[in-house]
Amino acid sequence: MKILITIFSCFLFVAISNGQERYLTKNGAITFYSKAPVEDITADNNQVLSIIDASSGKMAISILIKSFMFKKALMQEHFNENYLESDKFPKATFKGSILNFDAIKETATKAQVKGVLTIHGVSKEITIDGDFTKTKEAILVDGNFIIEVDDFGIEIPAVVDKNINKKIKVSFNFNHKPYNK
Amino acid sequence: MKKLLLAIFLISISFQVFSQDDLLDILDNETPENKTAAIVTATFKGTRIINGHSIENRKDKELEFIISHRFGRVNLGFDELFGLDQSNIRFSLEYGLNDNLTAGFGRSSFEKTYDSFLKYSWIKQKNGENSFPFAVSLFGSVAVKTIKDYDPADKRTFAESLFYVGQVLIARKVSQSFSFQITPTYIHRNTVKIDADPHDIFALGLGSRIKVSKRVSLNGEYYYAFDKSKSINARNSLAFGVDIETGGHVFQLILSNAITMIEKSFISETTGNFFGGDIHLGFNISRTF
Repeated sequence: MKILITIFSCFLFVAISNGQERYLTKNGAITFYSKAPVEDITADNNQVLSIIDASSGKMAISILIKSFMFKKALMQEHFNENYLESDKFPKATFKGSILNFDAIKETATKAQVKGVLTIHGVSKEITIDGDFTKTKEAILVDGNFIIEVDDFGIEIPAVVDKNINKKIKVSFNFNHKPYNK
Repeated sequence: MKKLLLAIFLISISFQVFSQDDLLDILDNETPENKTAAIVTATFKGTRIINGHSIENRKDKELEFIISHRFGRVNLGFDELFGLDQSNIRFSLEYGLNDNLTAGFGRSSFEKTYDSFLKYSWIKQKNGENSFPFAVSLFGSVAVKTIKDYDPADKRTFAESLFYVGQVLIARKVSQSFSFQITPTYIHRNTVKIDADPHDIFALGLGSRIKVSKRVSLNGEYYYAFDKSKSINARNSLAFGVDIETGGHVFQLILSNAITMIEKSFISETTGNFFGGDIHLGFNISRTF
């Protein structure tokens, strides 16, 4: 019986300590960039939420589509109305795991994140390279990758073919701080 | 002892459940309320529903160039190439002074009329907390008729050539694909043709759009004038249109019983009978810089 108590107590201890190893940011930055013959388009979102569970190396990101800011208001309206349909699909999310999380050091370490990216209601498994820095006070993540709009059911009509690149460069920068709740 | 065991077991289970909480759920709970996300945008595609203004404004420092065109009446027959031989054209430049205030200046070939307007987006339609069901914009314009259609002995002064329009634009985006607008309108004319014509005209506009695809919508617009000019047997204005949006352009194809494109004219000076075939084909093309 005492053994059982000890085992369950251990579970309890592990469970509690698990909950204390999360790192979160509420103002992560994501920028995307489309380079096309007619115009270059960039948009910034500085209100991205990202969380890392340091015990498991699991990571989740939540992006509010309407928080992307464009230079031209009309572009922003079209982005929300015609392309991302943000009333129907208000958020883009990522859920996955950092591979070799334990190998990440206090200096920038290259690592990969593998998981499912959901944009515009369409989910796709992706692997992203990033630079990770892990200290007691923070986990920094930055990097960039390319997404193809076709993969996420985002249609670009032929008339604006020369205005929008179908390959969008996405860069990200998150500074996670310890999260206790 | 068994109770203690059970208690520890349950607690550890519950903590376990907590720690396995989906990371995305935690992010959902941590998401701050986004105020801009609650504002309903793109109630209409353009700053015009068809002839009349919509609640939409140009945003801060955006300049829009609009070319509008109305041909003659379709029922004029082959000799006039179904109206294509005649035309009324209006050029205008409209500029967003800030996100909520737009100023515009235009010139119509019909009666060589210059017009200027201010449109202010007063209240926004909002979802969520502090929700509000309608968007309200205020519109005011002054137009001056410069065609010399008077008796040389009775020259019209500048003040006598002026027209004023005030509108309250009230719109609701009911769903992604359906929006409507109600537009109480007041028009004052400094000069009228005959004494029986009213100087002040009250009218009520109804407009709506149905989106048929992401970039195409069907629009309808009707203005009922409570006071009508007797001298020209004025009628209410009715128009149907298709909006096609491509990037920075909005292209509107229009069928209307009015040949004019500014409020003081199409609301109070329309003479065509839509169902009698007095229909003007027209278009608005806008380019935003």
